[in-house]
Amino acid sequence: MNNIKEPQQESEIQETEPEVWELRLYIAGQTARSDAALANLKRICEEHLAGKYRIEVIDLLKNPQIARDHQILATPTVIRKLPEPLKKTIGDLSQTERVLVGLDLRPLKKE
Amino acid sequence: MTEVTDNTGFPEVLQKCPTGIRGLDDITDGGLPGGRPTLIAGGPGSGKTLIAMEFLVRGATQYDEPGVFIAFEEREEDLVKNFASLGFDLKELEAQKKLLVDYIHIERSEIEETGEYDLEGLFIRLNYAIDSIGAKRVVLDTIESLFSALTNEGILRAELRRLFHWLKTKGVTAIITGERGGGDTLTRRGLEEYVSDCVITLDHRVEGQIATRRLRVVKYRGSKHGTNEYPFLIDEHGISVLPITSLELDHDVSTERIPTGVLRLDTMLGGGFYRGSSILISGTAGTGKTTLAASFARATCERGERCLYLAFEEAPRQIIRNMRTIGIDLEPYVRQGLLKIHAARPTIFGLELHLVTMYKMINEFKPSVAVVDPITNLITVGSETEVKSMLTRLIDMLKASQITALFTHLTHGGAPLELTEMGVSSLIDTWALLRDIEIGGERNRGLYILKSRGMEHSNQIREFLMTGQGIDIIDAYTGPAGVLTGTARVVQEAKDRVLEVERKEEIERKKRDLERQRKAVEAQIAALRAEYEAGEEKFRKFTQEEERRKEIQEEVRKEIARIRKADVP
Repeated sequence: MNNIKEPQQESEIQETEPEVWELRLYIAGQTARSDAALANLKRICEEHLAGKYRIEVIDLLKNPQIARDHQILATPTVIRKLPEPLKKTIGDLSQTERVLVGLDLRPLKKE
Repeated sequence: MTEVTDNTGFPEVLQKCPTGIRGLDDITDGGLPGGRPTLIAGGPGSGKTLIAMEFLVRGATQYDEPGVFIAFEEREEDLVKNFASLGFDLKELEAQKKLLVDYIHIERSEIEETGEYDLEGLFIRLNYAIDSIGAKRVVLDTIESLFSALTNEGILRAELRRLFHWLKTKGVTAIITGERGGGDTLTRRGLEEYVSDCVITLDHRVEGQIATRRLRVVKYRGSKHGTNEYPFLIDEHGISVLPITSLELDHDVSTERIPTGVLRLDTMLGGGFYRGSSILISGTAGTGKTTLAASFARATCERGERCLYLAFEEAPRQIIRNMRTIGIDLEPYVRQGLLKIHAARPTIFGLELHLVTMYKMINEFKPSVAVVDPITNLITVGSETEVKSMLTRLIDMLKASQITALFTHLTHGGAPLELTEMGVSSLIDTWALLRDIEIGGERNRGLYILKSRGMEHSNQIREFLMTGQGIDIIDAYTGPAGVLTGTARVVQEAKDRVLEVERKEEIERKKRDLERQRKAVEAQIAALRAEYEAGEEKFRKFTQEEERRKEIQEEVRKEIARIRKADVP
C-alpha cells in the first residue's frame, strides 16, 4: 500500500527540515525480551537516525492504564509517534528489515 | 455465585455462576462453571455477543458481580447503541463501575511483527480492567480476531493457553466467544482446545423458511446439564432459553375442582376440571370449541383469577365481538387485566419460538388458566414429532406451575374423531369431544366426555346449544328412535307428546263409553222395573176387581136367594 512515493516525500522533508523522531517502546517489566528490544531499537536508530531521535520507554506494569489508552496488546511494541502518521510494530525488533519497514525507516545509506 | 452440591456424596463442590439469563441456568443446572472460562461458539448473527453481554449485565444488576467486556470486534459506542435497544443501559452501568467495556483495536495492516513478542499488554489491560472495578465476570468477544491480526500462530496459541490459565487463577468466570468452524472443530481456530470446562454452541437455522435460534450445551465438566438443542429468543428484554422444566413427571397435583363455565358440563364431570390439569376440546369446524374456551376463560376471570388466552386463529377484538353475541362479554376482564388475549399468526415464527413466547408470557403474566386456541394451527409450522415434543414441553411446563390448560383442536371431517394428529391424547387429562350430528338436513352439536382422568364423568352425549346467554347443554333425546338432536329431537319430542295426548284421550273416551253403558243399563233396569211395577199394578187391579166381582156375585146370589125365598143354608 505504502508505495515508494511517500517515503521519498518524507526523506525530502528530512533533508530540508530535520526533525526529531519520537519513538515509544512499550514493555511489560524488565525482561530479557524487553531489554533485547530496547537494545535493538537503539542500534537501529543510531544507524539510521543518529542524533535525531528520542526513545521513550513505557513500562505497562507501572502504568497499566496506558495499555488501554494507547491500544497496546502485545509487548514489546514500538510506536512511531512522530513524524506522522503513527506507525506500530510489535516484537523484540530482532528482524531489522521488518523494523525498517514497520517504522518506515528507509535504509538510505544502503540504497 | 451459588454453591451446587450434587447428591453423589462427593465432597467436591462445583461453584456455579448464575447467568441470570432466563432458562440458561435451568439447562446448566445453576449457571456457568464459576471461576472458569466457558466457550460460546456460533456463527455470525447467532447471538454470541448478546449472551455474553447479558451475562455481564445480569451479573452486575442481579448478582452484584461487576464485569469486564473486552471487545475485539465492535467499538464501545456501537455496543452501547446495540444494547440500548434491549433495555441494557451500558453507560449507566459503566458510570456505576459495574461494567467496563474495553475495545481492543487491532488491524493487521498497521502492525509489523519484528520478532519475538507476547501478549503481556493484553494481560495487563485485562488485569487492570478487572482490578479497577473488582470484576468477577469477564467476556472476551471474539478473541479469534487476534488470529487474523497477528501472523505468528505459534506465539498466539501459546499466549491463549496462558491467558485462559491466567483467567482461572484470577478466579473470574469468563465467557470466550468464538466463530463456529466448518470442519470437525467447534470454532474456526479450535478454541475448544483451551477452554474445556464448558462449551456452548449457538445455531441459527432456517427450516421451512422459519429461522430459529438454538442453544446447546456441548459439554460441561463436573455438572449435569441438558444436552438437547434448546430454542432461544431474543426480544426487548434480552434472551430467553426454553428448557424442559420437568422431565421427571413429579409435579404437584391438586384435587381442587374449578368450574368449566358451563353448569351442565360441571355436573357431567362431577364438579369441574381439576386445577392444573390439561384439557383438550376437539371437534370439527364450527362445533363451538372457541365458545367453550371463552366460557372457561370467563369463569376463570369471574373468580378473580388470571387467564391467558393464546389465539392462533382470530384477532383479540374479533374473539371479544363474537363472544359478546352469545352473551359472553370478555371485555371487562381484559380491561381489569385479568384476561390477556395474545394473538399470533402460527407462521410468523417456528414452533420453538412459539413455545418460548408462550413460556415467557406465562412467566410474566402468571395466569392460573391458559387457553391455546387452537393448537392445530401450530401443526402447519412443524412436523408431527416436533409438535408433539413442543406440546409435551408446554404441558409439562404448565403442569409444573399448576396452570390449568385448555387446548382446542380442530379435527378434520372424515378422520375418526378420536384420533388427534399430534397424538397428544396421552398428555391430556380431560378430553371433551364436540361433534356434528347430522340428521334430517340439519347440523347440530353434540358434546361428550371422551376421557377424564381421575373423575367420574357422564357417558352420555349431550346436545350443545349456543344461546344469547352463552352455552347451554341439554340432554339429547334418547328413546326408541335413537339419539336425536336439534329439530329431530324437537320433532320426536312433539311426536311423543302427541302420542301421549292421544292415549289420554282414548282413556277419556273409554271412560265416557263405560259411563254411557252404565247409564243405559241403569235405564234398562229402570224400564224393567217400571214394567214390573206396571204388571204389579195390573195384578193388584185385577185382584181388586176379582174381589169386587166376588162381592157382587155374593150379593147377586143373596139377592137371588132372597127372591127365590130359598131356604137359608
